[in-house]
Amino acid sequence: MASFEETGPRRPVTESIRVDRISPGARTWRTIRALLSLVLALIILIPIFVMVITAFKSRVDITTPPPKLIFTPTLEGFVFLLTDRAIVTAGRLAEFQERAAAGEMNLFERIAFEGGLEITGPSDYVFRLRNSLIIAGISTVASVVLGLLSAYAFSRFNVPGKGDLLFFILSTRMLPAVVVTIPIFLMYRQLRLHDTHIGMIFLYTVFNLSFSVWLLKGFIDEIPREYEEAALVDGYTRLQAFFKVVLPQAVTGIAATTVFCLIFAWNEYAFALMLTSERARTAPPSIATMLGSGGLEWSAIAAGSLGFLIPVVIITFALRKYLLRGVTFGAIRQ
Amino acid sequence: MSSVKAQEMSTTASVAPRRTKTRRHLSDRAIQNLFMWPTLALLIAFNLFPLFYSLYLSFTNYSAIARIDPVWIGFQNFRNILQDRQLWQYFATTGRYALVSVGLETLLGFGLAMLLREKFKGSGLVTTLILIPMMLSPVVVGLFWKLMYNPTFGYLNYILGYTNPATAPDWLASRWGGTPVPGLALWAVVLVDVWMWSPFVMLLTLSGLNAIPEYLYEAAAIDRASPWFQFWRITLPQVAPLLLIAVLFRSIEALKSFDLVMGMTGGGPGTQTELIAVNLYRQAFLGQWQTGRASALAYIILIIVIGVSNLYIRYLNSIRGEA
Repeated sequence: MASFEETGPRRPVTESIRVDRISPGARTWRTIRALLSLVLALIILIPIFVMVITAFKSRVDITTPPPKLIFTPTLEGFVFLLTDRAIVTAGRLAEFQERAAAGEMNLFERIAFEGGLEITGPSDYVFRLRNSLIIAGISTVASVVLGLLSAYAFSRFNVPGKGDLLFFILSTRMLPAVVVTIPIFLMYRQLRLHDTHIGMIFLYTVFNLSFSVWLLKGFIDEIPREYEEAALVDGYTRLQAFFKVVLPQAVTGIAATTVFCLIFAWNEYAFALMLTSERARTAPPSIATMLGSGGLEWSAIAAGSLGFLIPVVIITFALRKYLLRGVTFGAIRQ
Repeated sequence: MSSVKAQEMSTTASVAPRRTKTRRHLSDRAIQNLFMWPTLALLIAFNLFPLFYSLYLSFTNYSAIARIDPVWIGFQNFRNILQDRQLWQYFATTGRYALVSVGLETLLGFGLAMLLREKFKGSGLVTTLILIPMMLSPVVVGLFWKLMYNPTFGYLNYILGYTNPATAPDWLASRWGGTPVPGLALWAVVLVDVWMWSPFVMLLTLSGLNAIPEYLYEAAAIDRASPWFQFWRITLPQVAPLLLIAVLFRSIEALKSFDLVMGMTGGGPGTQTELIAVNLYRQAFLGQWQTGRASALAYIILIIVIGVSNLYIRYLNSIRGEA
């Protein structure tokens, strides 16, 4: 009788293979599934694709049916979005032509002049973008720092009523923006914070705070307590242990949280619409009103949307491992 | 360098306890409070206090633009709201919107997750591509779908084959070839919501599916259980908790839905897409600025949302506890 050594597998068995998973039927099925999901993904991305090509179309190309896939790309939309323009008067036409011929115009000026326009200055949208940057940037840093501190406290100490406090923190995120805005509007008017950067920074900080506490708590929970305990035994103070042991371990979590907070603040619309009007207005509410103001400036809107699209696409790819944690407040991880 | 310092400290600690006392000046208790309270204070100032303030306002007759102080009128605002047929209409619209969009998102998200469940070449890339819509700003999404829906030069009608603008549907105006089709605009908005948020359901379902232990299926395969049976008895019960979380979260968000509608229709045509949050905004910040009445309405919405959120947070906690 042949022993196992003679009939058994030649190579060591390191993993079990399910026969039903490698059968021809299963393979065809897998190919079909792959193709189907690829097609679905492409269908899902059509609107985004449309927005991207629209941003590079001229106004005429956009509004003449049928919609074209092949067109001469132009930066007209970006010029409309970022500058204020005036019609070049007949008297100054010669001067402009001279400048154009001499090559003294920059790219934007040239594009505007092709439409018979001169650039009179940056558009309001440029200021709104700057506001968005300032408000989203500072509030993100603030909410991540504050969130990190309290996440640490909730993760490591026996805070009395911990469950209830965490519940309270998360529940603030569930409040509809419109509901909170009425009293905050009155409060801000009283404190003269209405339509100010500092007011919006405070609001966005609080808006993201509950999220950052929950997400960071999840990350800090994963760092073994033993690390700090060892540091404490070695004579570190609690603060030193926090800064020198916990922080370096939590860097990925902090980065992911920062990016999520940044996206939320960058995309936020409702608070900005209701609590700002001129000075501190951010980009999202003003891109929405662009439709009403200067006629149907679709190319400008598309160009503006691109500014929201590109960072988000990059970030989605960079953060794909953490998306699940991000959207469930750190409660579910893989 | 720092560890040398720490070593020094630990050696001095055993020799001179008095000096260490001055060094370890912050107790754990102090640090806990120092770390926790800034957050809590901010949340109290910007969430709890405003809620009490608007509770008071909801019992008053007050307009933020009038130079008159709030006048206490008891439950009058609530009585008016509950008797307002128009408002019930908006609640009904919101309910329909939430029900249909969350329902479709659950089905589609689940389907997508089942498709992407088993890895194939490039499945990671496909999954990430599908997740992009979820990360976008709803108001911007609303705007670019408005372009898709445009009856004369939008892409959707061309993709669907309605190339003649005269007979094509004008989605956001609720008209089809000139004849009004009530509700078309609402379903157009629902479609965008589904486009945006099915990936969210997919993401949660996928993680639920990945967590199902393989041996369950192996055991079922040995017992020659049909795929149908495996789906109903293993897959579905196992992903149910995560699917439920996705549904609850989407329901909360759908009830609050504001940005998307503002970007697409602003409530129109007429009041066909006037969701309750949009109407609340209109009452509070446009026209007559009925601050008192709007606060009362806000409280009614709040109670509904809190009811659903409570379920959500409880489920989250139970999942968290198991993990």
